Amino acid sequence: MENSTLISIEGLKKYFPTSGGRFTALNGIDLTIGKAEFTGVVGPSGSGKTTLLNIIGSLDSPSEGRAVVLGQSISNLNPKQAALLRRSKLGFIFQSYNLLPVYTVFENVEFPLLLLRLDDNLRRKMVMDSLEWLGMTDKVKSKPAQLSGGECQRVAIARAMVKKPEIVLADEPTANLDAANSHNILKTMARLNSEFKTTFIFATHDDKVIGYLKRKISLVDGKVTMDEIRNN
Amino acid sequence: MIRFLLKGILRDKQRSLLPVVIVIIGVMLTVFLYCWLRGILNDSIELNARFNAGHVKIMTASYAKNVDQLPNDLAITGVDTLLIKLKREFPEMKWGERIHFGGLIDVPDSRGETRAQGPAAGFGIDLLSGDRSEIERFNLEKSLRRGRLPVHSGEILMSEEFSVKLKVNPGDTVTLIGSTMNGSMALYNYTVSGTIVFGTGPMDQGSVIVDLDDVRNALDMNNAAGEIVGYLADNYYDEEKVAHVVTKFNSLFPASNDEYAPVIVTLRQQNSLGKMIDQIKAVGAFAVFIFVLSMSLVLWNAGLLGGLRRYSEFGIRLAIGEDYSHIYKTMIYESVLIGLIGSLIGTSAGLLGSLYLEHHGLDLSNMMKNATILMPAIFHTRITSTAYFIGFIPGLLSTVIGTMLSGIGIYKRKTAQLFKELET
Ligand SMILES: Nc1ncnc2c1ncn2[C@@H]1O[C@H](COP(=O)(O)OP(=O)(O)OP(=O)(O)O)[C@@H](O)[C@H]1O
Ligand SMILES: [Mg+2]
Repeated sequence: MENSTLISIEGLKKYFPTSGGRFTALNGIDLTIGKAEFTGVVGPSGSGKTTLLNIIGSLDSPSEGRAVVLGQSISNLNPKQAALLRRSKLGFIFQSYNLLPVYTVFENVEFPLLLLRLDDNLRRKMVMDSLEWLGMTDKVKSKPAQLSGGECQRVAIARAMVKKPEIVLADEPTANLDAANSHNILKTMARLNSEFKTTFIFATHDDKVIGYLKRKISLVDGKVTMDEIRNN
Repeated sequence: MIRFLLKGILRDKQRSLLPVVIVIIGVMLTVFLYCWLRGILNDSIELNARFNAGHVKIMTASYAKNVDQLPNDLAITGVDTLLIKLKREFPEMKWGERIHFGGLIDVPDSRGETRAQGPAAGFGIDLLSGDRSEIERFNLEKSLRRGRLPVHSGEILMSEEFSVKLKVNPGDTVTLIGSTMNGSMALYNYTVSGTIVFGTGPMDQGSVIVDLDDVRNALDMNNAAGEIVGYLADNYYDEEKVAHVVTKFNSLFPASNDEYAPVIVTLRQQNSLGKMIDQIKAVGAFAVFIFVLSMSLVLWNAGLLGGLRRYSEFGIRLAIGEDYSHIYKTMIYESVLIGLIGSLIGTSAGLLGSLYLEHHGLDLSNMMKNATILMPAIFHTRITSTAYFIGFIPGLLSTVIGTMLSGIGIYKRKTAQLFKELET
């Protein structure tokens, strides 16, 4: 683990109201995650992986305990502040890519930079750099519908990486990809991780992903059952 | 960002087409309706102008005060010289002398005894000089029911209803019993050349039209006229141009105590047309309001549909870190763009249709059968400067209101659900 701590979680609980009372999705999590980690939250379906990622990503807030991300306590953020945190410091990668279908590859990757109000030339350069890292520079003018699944996910990664965020959160990023594409993408992300010291946090139960992780946090019924550093 | 949104609108035809089409139709109808109303207003103004008020009217000061009584003893004298001066000073105007008079029309039998008699309102206008302006202003050829227009002096036109009441046919002789300019009794025989229909009850009941010089002879009004009406050359009543004429006239003929001095009044001053203009404007505003309301409702629903189509787009934008309020704002921007595009096209289409009808008119004479002086069978639209922007009010307002309503839904999205929603 590296020295500087980006995320610190203490006694984190998350309840969801249900018809019969409440359901405990996260049941007392303690974790710290540092800079440049390549970490996966691993566990069976329903174990709370997405719920945890949601809270780290400031999309949801804790019911109990604390989650401090990049110095900000998630519980204390209002929606505007949460959006600012996501927009400036976090990148998201989804299972089903979620590219905007009417826009080109270039424009999809450009979008987060538009939200940051960066000027034209800088945007252009950053988008091209990002597409370069993902090997997608020859498809700048293509629309998502013209791309393969693997290519779509590359564009989605470029979109998450374009603003050089501190943390990238990826929920099952390989679930829709075949083995070759999965490995390809994971290698790329591992490279970006070591090159830019971007912290990657995955939620997954895919063994291919687990194979690339440098740290594996196992989650069962909303509790961390194992937390191991691995060497690949 | 705007450029980014515009690209989205232009590329996602399914999303933008329906709203744009709705806006185009609504705006087109608004513009057209407005031009139509202005056309009707304009037609009634021009009708009034041609038939009665002129764009301006010159009378003696005291005639003007008692104009309802047709006080021909107060008529303008020395009309020749006045007209020469008017034509010289106002080359942009066309002038016409007129005499309104009242009297009895007496129909003699074969022995010269009175067979029938009725009160008549008379118009003395230029029918015989060869200048056809007044014949055209009165739309006489189309309003003729029986016989023909006068071609000789001593001929008279009667309203059809009046002629039926008096059992008079073209070719018959009638006697006008009236009073001369000096107040003595006048008797004058005319041959009925034809009958006409005015299209309005009181006038159809008892009106006659006679050549100006015939009236002058009958009423001893040599070189006199009750009124001189003036028309702008392009035949459209234009308040600015008229005001200009009035100012110039008043400097040429300064106000004096002479009750026979000529004075000028405008069309608007003579009639309740000001009120009518205001009413038409109110109707126009109401029409715009209705369009805004109904189009907003439709666009609200179109917005809800569009929102469904774009559910994952908004989700991803929220996840990437766009504010709720920013997304809402961009939706409003988009609606403004859509409103502008639709309004531009709709206004052009509406103006094009109106332009055609302004020049060619919609001829309903087949449907209306009988054209009359007061009811022309051809409808014209009229394009005013307002027509160029009036459509933008419903076009923009309705898209923006529709979007404001449908866009509220964005605030109900929970970011906590985004990962799950975006997984499928
Ligand atoms: N909004 C919610 N309301 C009620 N229960 C919820 C809600 N969100 C999640 N849960 C429950 O919390 C538990 C954890 O859900 P979570 O989505 O975090 O699981 P997961 O580990 O990501 O599973 P998977 O591998 O299937 O994606 C599940 O049992 C789920 O039913
Ligand atoms: Mg999950």
